[in-house]
Amino acid sequence: MQKEVLVHVEHLYRYYGHTCAVKDVSFALAKGEVLGFLGPNGAGKSSTMQMITGNLAPSAGRIAVHGIDLLDSPKRAKTEIGYLPEQPPVYRELTVDEYLSYCARLNRIARGRRDQAIRTAKERCGLGDVGRRLIGNLSKGYQQRVGIAQSIIHTPAVVILDEPTVGLDPIQIREIRALVRELGADHGIILSTHILPEVQTTCSRVQIIHQGQLVFADSITGLEQRLNASSLIAAFHAAPDLDTLQQLPGVGTAETLADGRVRIHYRDTDPSEALIEQAVSNHWRLYELAPERRTLEQIFIELTCSEPAANAPGEAA
Amino acid sequence: MIFTIAARELRSLFLSPLAWAVLAVVQFILAYLFLSQVDTYLIWQPRLAAIEGAPGISDIIIAPLLADAAIVLLLVTPLMTMRVLSEERRNRTLSLLFSAPVSMTEIIIGKYLGILGFFLIMLGMLTLMPLALLTGTDLDLGKLAAGLLGLTLLLAAFSAIGLFMSALTEQPTIAAISTFGLLLLLWIIDWAGNSEGQASDLFAYLSMLRHYQTLLKGLFHSTDVFYYLLIIVLFIGLSIRRLDADRLSH
Repeated sequence: MQKEVLVHVEHLYRYYGHTCAVKDVSFALAKGEVLGFLGPNGAGKSSTMQMITGNLAPSAGRIAVHGIDLLDSPKRAKTEIGYLPEQPPVYRELTVDEYLSYCARLNRIARGRRDQAIRTAKERCGLGDVGRRLIGNLSKGYQQRVGIAQSIIHTPAVVILDEPTVGLDPIQIREIRALVRELGADHGIILSTHILPEVQTTCSRVQIIHQGQLVFADSITGLEQRLNASSLIAAFHAAPDLDTLQQLPGVGTAETLADGRVRIHYRDTDPSEALIEQAVSNHWRLYELAPERRTLEQIFIELTCSEPAANAPGEAA
Repeated sequence: MIFTIAARELRSLFLSPLAWAVLAVVQFILAYLFLSQVDTYLIWQPRLAAIEGAPGISDIIIAPLLADAAIVLLLVTPLMTMRVLSEERRNRTLSLLFSAPVSMTEIIIGKYLGILGFFLIMLGMLTLMPLALLTGTDLDLGKLAAGLLGLTLLLAAFSAIGLFMSALTEQPTIAAISTFGLLLLLWIIDWAGNSEGQASDLFAYLSMLRHYQTLLKGLFHSTDVFYYLLIIVLFIGLSIRRLDADRLSH
């Protein structure tokens, strides 16, 4: 069954003067997905998010939120969006309750449901016991939670979080991640981050943006497959020549690492079995053999440190 | 929605000590001016009684009080309006409004009404002083009303200009000084009009002071009211455009 599409972005461009910050970005977000937005600083993550939330006008392209065109009827589209910018947009002189009540009003929540909405948002973000405190006196982590509470108070279809875990301590980060996963069940979430493992733990899909273009877009399962290794790490008590190893079927190159282990690169077929057989019959005294997994970080660096890869979805028009 | 924004604005003003300090200082200075006018009247009273058609208590006390109040408020308005948008921009709280289902017009008008609410409170406190005279004497209430209308319109125009200046910048102090500069310029622009010349009529029309003075005399000309409304609409319109420009380019 086709999932309900919540955000549809088509050929989005954004220029700042002559520099092109976002170039031909297209993607869709379905209900129940958590989309991780990765990219180095200045890649266009925030600009893209600002455009989806109506904080920035695109130079060209279309954005539809829950089927409503953002540029044609911004007010209706914005009721379906919750946005947490990089810096939580909180008024320091208000208390948490006052602030959330203001946000509820701004988002046109009917008077009768307002209290309930505030209570739910506070509960979800763990703000239950700070309601009467001034936001300015709260710690950064709590301010961030107030920011998240603000973005979900009107139960929007889409929640857009720009680096929600920056500046938090590890426990808070875990809590926020858990919250994001929980929200992901009944909202669509777009999340930008620098922290790569965060994507693997919280997101169901990943997009890497580099120099304004999408250079990688895949589901987490697809990503896992890509992360699967094309090399083995082996350790021997009586290591054979590297040449001998390279003779094995399927093996490309072999190299000795600094700690005495051997890395064996292979192409198509996994040479593990052949290697073990050889090791036993030739008494190489193999005591460790492990497939080497690439990390997301490596993929990230590969994609963002070189020219935009060929698998970029959609060619520049 | 407009009133939600206006209420938040007004509330935030009163959560900072600035609003209270401004109210107190302005009230103190105007009270001093008021008392000194009452004093003047008491000195002149015996002589005035002898003159046929002499200026009354409204002319001697109320008109100068309102005229002075305008000068004091010209100094105070930039302080109150400087933060209204620049601080939101600086603290990055504008994105809360931008991503909420409200239009730019609603944001600006809401903010404007918030500021205006503050000045109406100040005006109410000021009005109590001349009204206190009612316990001892009769006042020309028509003149008082015309004067108060003039001051309200003047303040509304000041606020619109302040709002626009605040929309232009991220720095509250810059907004304050440019508001002050523009207000003062509009105040004194007819000084050039005193000299003979082609431009003098235009300058005289542009001067805020001229239009205020006729209202203080108790003369209600629709041109004066129209002048202030024009300024208000112009600067609110410019503020909306300026805020929208935030979205369009950086």
